Amino acid sequence: MSVNETISSAAEQHENSVPVQDVVTEKKREDMPVQEGKTVGLPYADDPKFKLRNVEVFYGEDRAIKDISLDIARNEVISFIGPSGCGKSTFLRCLNRMNDSIDICRVKGQLMLDDEDIYHSRRDVVELRARVGMVFQKPNPFPKSIYDNVAYGPRIHGLANRKSDLDDIVENSLRKAGLWDEVKDRLDATATGMSGGQQQRLCIARAIAVSPEVILMDEPCSALDPIATAKVEELISEMSESYTIVIVTHSMQQAARVSHRTAYFHLGHLVEVNETSKVFTAPQHELTESYITGRFG
Amino acid sequence: MPNTKDDVYGDHISHKFNDELLELKTEFLTMGGMVESQVERAIQALVDNDGHLADEVRAGDKKVDQMEMDIDEEATLIIARRQPTARDLRLVISVIKMVADLERVGDEAKKIAKFAIKLNEEGQAPRGYVEVRHIGNHVLAMLHDALDAFARLDSEQALRIMKEDKRVDEEYQAAARTLLTFMMEDTRNISRCMSVMWVLRALERVGDHACNIAENVIFMVKGEDVRHTPVEEAEKVVGR
Repeated sequence: MSVNETISSAAEQHENSVPVQDVVTEKKREDMPVQEGKTVGLPYADDPKFKLRNVEVFYGEDRAIKDISLDIARNEVISFIGPSGCGKSTFLRCLNRMNDSIDICRVKGQLMLDDEDIYHSRRDVVELRARVGMVFQKPNPFPKSIYDNVAYGPRIHGLANRKSDLDDIVENSLRKAGLWDEVKDRLDATATGMSGGQQQRLCIARAIAVSPEVILMDEPCSALDPIATAKVEELISEMSESYTIVIVTHSMQQAARVSHRTAYFHLGHLVEVNETSKVFTAPQHELTESYITGRFG
Repeated sequence: MPNTKDDVYGDHISHKFNDELLELKTEFLTMGGMVESQVERAIQALVDNDGHLADEVRAGDKKVDQMEMDIDEEATLIIARRQPTARDLRLVISVIKMVADLERVGDEAKKIAKFAIKLNEEGQAPRGYVEVRHIGNHVLAMLHDALDAFARLDSEQALRIMKEDKRVDEEYQAAARTLLTFMMEDTRNISRCMSVMWVLRALERVGDHACNIAENVIFMVKGEDVRHTPVEEAEKVVGR
């Protein structure tokens, strides 16, 4: 079953539980209340990779994520969009417990990866983050050689016993990240000397090297020029065959280009999740419409 | 155009974008008015035997063609500059398509004017002009209402126009039968009756284009494509 079929068949099952709000025209933003915990569109999937239910995130007393339920399908590319401070990055960081490092941050609700609780007290977080890799906004290569950057993860996870195995992993990861031909002759050069776009693809190669199942990307192209962006986007499309990809982006055109589904966040609520083609041509919720058409943001 | 309705396209963060969309809408409606007048005057020229007016209509088509190109260029620039989405995108795409319909209506008006000149030169007693006037008024009203539905984003009115189209088709069939009777009565009528038949055919096409515009208005407002679907389906979409 294709990603889209999975999502739409799940939608039928959940039809009664998913409220569908009519498109209301000529209403101002303040007249458009978001109903807590109610997401329009297609938030559920059959046999999801991530099953997230009634997720809430607190920073101290402040509730940053308000009762969000969402499925992320296997081998799906899903984009999170929304204005700054809407909670999309916070929500993304719950998926591999990157929020753990923030003392005042508390996560409530059910977050399942392949039916296993992500926040289980005995969960091995290092193993979780190997399965759910992450690429950040600014390329952050280690101040080491290109080779060592990619080899670092496989080494600490003990994925390669021999030097030749490690060489293979490095080469494959760099190939998948579309970087091999550009760097194969200078694997010993320091990674910080590469261009921004190359550094970001190196970070993607580094994430791929530990054979993750999911890759989280937090605005992966916002520091890149259009050509480097196009290369990373091309890479995302290719990678979607083997990985589940969740991408936070401020570029709506990017969401429209790379993702199967798009989720719109607003003030900690998940307002709408729909097939990307629908979100950008005929969104269901007025808030989504206002945001993507540049009426506020 | 009432300002309140323009707010639907007029509340972007970028005021320049608001202006561009408003300009596109206004230009489209200007072209619509121009085309309406072309059809109206072409019918007038025919039934009044006014060769001079018919010449004017034929010359006027150049302006219509120019407007089509201007509006297309404007729409292209908006896409290039703004990458419109959702209802803005639907507006721009619909305008591009509806402009083509308007241009075709303009061509039909020119065609009618051509036959007006031909029939004027032949100078015989009018046959079938009652039908021309009747169907002409009908499709002109449809065209007017379609443009009005666009201006007011009124999908219900657009739906009514889609339903009207069937009636125009019936009227056209009936008129064609009447003209056939004239032709059978006297074979010398055949040539001019055929000319009138072509005029009727052109008017029927104007109705079709008005209907296309109405379908696009429903797409703009509701976000669903109702072309090539039964009217009952369109009814459901509009009722949502």
